[in-house]
Amino acid sequence: MRYLPLSTEDRAQMLDTIGVKSINDLFVDVPKHALLDDLVDLPLHMTEMEVERNFAVFAARNVPANSVPFFVGAGAYHHHVPSAVDYQIQRGEFLTAYTPYQPEISQGTLQTLYEFQTQVAQLTGMDVANASMYDGSTACGEAALMARRVTKKKKIVISGNLHPQYIEVVKNAIKHTDDEIILNDPVVNKKEDILSKVDEETSCVIVQYPDFFGNINDYSDLAATLHEQKSLLVVVTTEVVSLGAIKSPGEMGADIVVGEGQSIGNGLNFGGPYVGLFATRQQYVRQLPGRLCGETVDADGKRGYVLTLSTREQHIRREKATSNICTNAGLCTLAFTIHMTLLGEKGLRQLAKINHAGAVKLAGMLKSVDGLEILNNTFFNEFTVRLNKNAADVVEALVEQDVIAGLPVSRMYPDNPELANDLIIAVTETVSEDDMYVLVSELKEVLK
Amino acid sequence: MTVYFSEDHEWINVEGNTGTVGITDYAQNALGDIVFVELPGSGEEFAKGDEVAVVESVKAASEIYSPVSGEITAVNEELEDNASLVNTSPDGDGWFFKINIADESELEELMNASDYKAFIAGLE
Amino acid sequence: MMNNQGRPTGVENTDTSNQKYESFTGSRGLSQVEGLIYEIGDTNRTGVDLPEVDDFENCLGGMERDQEIGLAGLTEPEAMRHYTRLSRKNYAIDLGLYPLGSCTMKHNPRLNEKMARLPGLGNIHPLQPVSTVQGALDLIDTLAHWLKTLTGMPAVAMSPKAGAHGELCGLMAIRAALEAKGDARSIVLAPESAHGTNPATAALCGYKVKPIPATKDGRVDLEAMKEALGPDVAAIMVTNPNTCGLFEREIIEIAEAVHAVGGYFYCDGANFNAIVGKVRPGDLGVDAMHINLHKTFSTPHGGGGPGAGPVVLSEALAPFAPLPYVIAGEESFELVEHEVKGGQSFGRMTAFHGQMGMFIRALAYMMSHGADGLAKVAEDSVLNANYVLASLKDVMSASYKGPCMHEALFDDRFLKDTGVSTLDFAKAMIDEGYHPMTMYFPLVVHGAMLIEPTESESKQSVDQFIGMMRHLVEKAKAGEKERFTGAPHNAPLKRLDETAAARKPVLRWTPPGADEEAAE
Repeated sequence: MRYLPLSTEDRAQMLDTIGVKSINDLFVDVPKHALLDDLVDLPLHMTEMEVERNFAVFAARNVPANSVPFFVGAGAYHHHVPSAVDYQIQRGEFLTAYTPYQPEISQGTLQTLYEFQTQVAQLTGMDVANASMYDGSTACGEAALMARRVTKKKKIVISGNLHPQYIEVVKNAIKHTDDEIILNDPVVNKKEDILSKVDEETSCVIVQYPDFFGNINDYSDLAATLHEQKSLLVVVTTEVVSLGAIKSPGEMGADIVVGEGQSIGNGLNFGGPYVGLFATRQQYVRQLPGRLCGETVDADGKRGYVLTLSTREQHIRREKATSNICTNAGLCTLAFTIHMTLLGEKGLRQLAKINHAGAVKLAGMLKSVDGLEILNNTFFNEFTVRLNKNAADVVEALVEQDVIAGLPVSRMYPDNPELANDLIIAVTETVSEDDMYVLVSELKEVLK
Repeated sequence: MTVYFSEDHEWINVEGNTGTVGITDYAQNALGDIVFVELPGSGEEFAKGDEVAVVESVKAASEIYSPVSGEITAVNEELEDNASLVNTSPDGDGWFFKINIADESELEELMNASDYKAFIAGLE
Repeated sequence: MMNNQGRPTGVENTDTSNQKYESFTGSRGLSQVEGLIYEIGDTNRTGVDLPEVDDFENCLGGMERDQEIGLAGLTEPEAMRHYTRLSRKNYAIDLGLYPLGSCTMKHNPRLNEKMARLPGLGNIHPLQPVSTVQGALDLIDTLAHWLKTLTGMPAVAMSPKAGAHGELCGLMAIRAALEAKGDARSIVLAPESAHGTNPATAALCGYKVKPIPATKDGRVDLEAMKEALGPDVAAIMVTNPNTCGLFEREIIEIAEAVHAVGGYFYCDGANFNAIVGKVRPGDLGVDAMHINLHKTFSTPHGGGGPGAGPVVLSEALAPFAPLPYVIAGEESFELVEHEVKGGQSFGRMTAFHGQMGMFIRALAYMMSHGADGLAKVAEDSVLNANYVLASLKDVMSASYKGPCMHEALFDDRFLKDTGVSTLDFAKAMIDEGYHPMTMYFPLVVHGAMLIEPTESESKQSVDQFIGMMRHLVEKAKAGEKERFTGAPHNAPLKRLDETAAARKPVLRWTPPGADEEAAE
């Protein structure tokens, strides 16, 4: 077995040193009948080649995003990641390190986390960010819990245009508190009324920016109203590239910004692992969930980094911790940071411009399609169209033509007939003009 | 002016109806370098034994229980920026809060300085 | 012509002290000082070439970002150097034995990485049509089958993103099951030795935690536990093998006792590595257990994640499993993303379907080992740990008599009167080229040192580790206190001031002068 260095001889010698006869003498504390006599009923060990063959079979039955014209977004985006990123994150010193609990021999991980926290704070326009959460949706759940800790209020108002799976995650996260959720209905192309749902008991309002259907709304007035009554504005961004083009949530007055950072540095991976972004204002630092990296000095006065404010965390506070989380998305944050460093401000702004330009171009081309109406007035790299047919059927029909046209909203809202014909289309820098022509001509065909 | 001590290593300095509360030198020593003190809000009311504040060192967080019942009248805002005062001056500048004592009889359940000295001697 | 000038090749006259001459750069040979990207790069530099875009009318609704963001960029050669230099300041499994107890720092096979990067697996979108991801759903279903078979449990929830998330999933399923009977209850029992996530998780589920003391031999006190049991106890959370590295001998009695009062048995599966392929938790009366794929099944720790924490569930809890889940239909795999009519799922823990990238790696690892190899994994991990225990117990203080499982627990009694603490001892290990073991956990012994060598270490490697430990013990007992209290001497940095970091948290870089501006 290629991963097990002990030889039969080694094992015999070691058992001898320990002073037992057989390996099962070391399992004496296991109740007799529970110790298996035989191997479990699974295949025996395989060579590398055999394993590769098995995985090739799994892979062959999927359609990867790079193999067809591809327009699905809705919280995960197909972007190009520079080669240097994947090379670096596979360096053993990053890949096979543990959580940086011994800072003297973990400065590599710690300094990159510090760079990550700075980048996230800058992008979101906030004072501070943590070292990441599992993903955007769980970060969103944690934001709701944090708002409660900060405001000591119990009413959470959620925009109907928040990613529907994020809504479900928030519901689940607060399920066993006495918090109450006021949830709006999704409104694809009308102005959503949030203000009337807000009152003095509101702990926070959670909105998405750009929203699930792609709209870009200014929440500055909402923020001002909330602050008057000591409630918080939580802004969720699932496409972090957009922050290279549009105002930061901080500029609008957000108190907590959470986001999905997958777009930068991380592949689609069928939904995970991703990287949750979590940023807030300085005054709420001690209420943050998750890990934080901070600057300090060593015994010689040299600058270095450590995990800090850990008394908020489960391993010290136990049942009084701000969260039960003990991991972050380590390697995904590293990928994010390296990609963002390669982009820099200049690159990110250009990337954002290309994404937006692509979406604008496709939106223009789609105007020539009969039976299709673009619902958004504003958007970044994603918008919603209403078709004259069931959107899920149209998507399936286009799969037959090797085009993956977008996300039918009905997949998220199967019981809402008003949304049955709506399709969310995303355009990133990976979509070529040819891809757009193919989509437009296939849609013309199907919607005829 | 009289100082009383609790078994949780808090002191309360009583002047008239008001008690000033902090932690003892013994406590700050046991906790190590204090990095943060979470204080109650002025006007909040606590019963004797309620968790009223939290003291944090780098690797530990300890709850502080109110030695008497009453309403918080002032908190030591200096600690927000300079928690190390608890280490350097536990019985002076490192005080936590002032409380309006609701029931003076509760003071009788606390220790005086010499009793407390004997109490910590017994812990070692 | 022969070069007869030569040059010195010996070391006779070389001063070996590395402290004597301060370098101009602050670097010392291969230990190079490296600034932040903000000090090296700037907002105009970039390491990507992107196409130009013709002018167009934007649809941003007047929300353009006008202010500078401040993101520093580096060209590719600069970025490669920056991150390569930083990487060299990290300890890693690839560099040496990583004895962190309860963390299972085993070898991370590179085949796993290769499989996760196949475009057909790594480059698929969670919301693309189900008909175009049949292979992915098959893979999830296959991994689920392996996990169920290895644990002897009938169901598994795949979506939890890490161990603690899995715990939350398990307790939520328990709570949902109790609520379905109209009996939510309010208490969760957890041993004193429990990992901090256990009480934190129970609190998130609205439960009060009641600690159960340990017996002198480091196990759950069954009698004390029985006394704490009652009609209000929702569950007991027990780590098995436990955090002292011991198998809970009375595990079945524990399960029966909690079942007898109508509660559930949550098993923390953090230490599953010790028994994988040898013991099935399903045979021990477990109702729910999370499996840290990054521990037992070798997905990389990556400096603190990502993890993955699927939760196996008993028949009683299976109906309450979270969304989504995969069903193997007759012709194709289905992905159930919404509650079916009459369903009892407790809800959704995350967007999408879980840590697919970790599933791929874990399954590649499992297939590589097979049923036979996995049992050997458990055996070798237990063997290595017992070998460490046997080889050190004469000079260090073992907290409990063996045999242990996959990790050996020592406490600081052997350091009495040396003036050396567990922390000092750990830092001296750094000077010897090792990552320290887990220290000060579990809390049930004083100055704990929890050593888990894992099955990835050869006998030679474990022998060297043992030799190093014996050497340090000897030096501590010989009064060489400074070797320890000043350690590490040879790491990239000396001990760091964590107190200063916590008192005045500086959590991000700010441009020079920004503080003064803000004050004005």
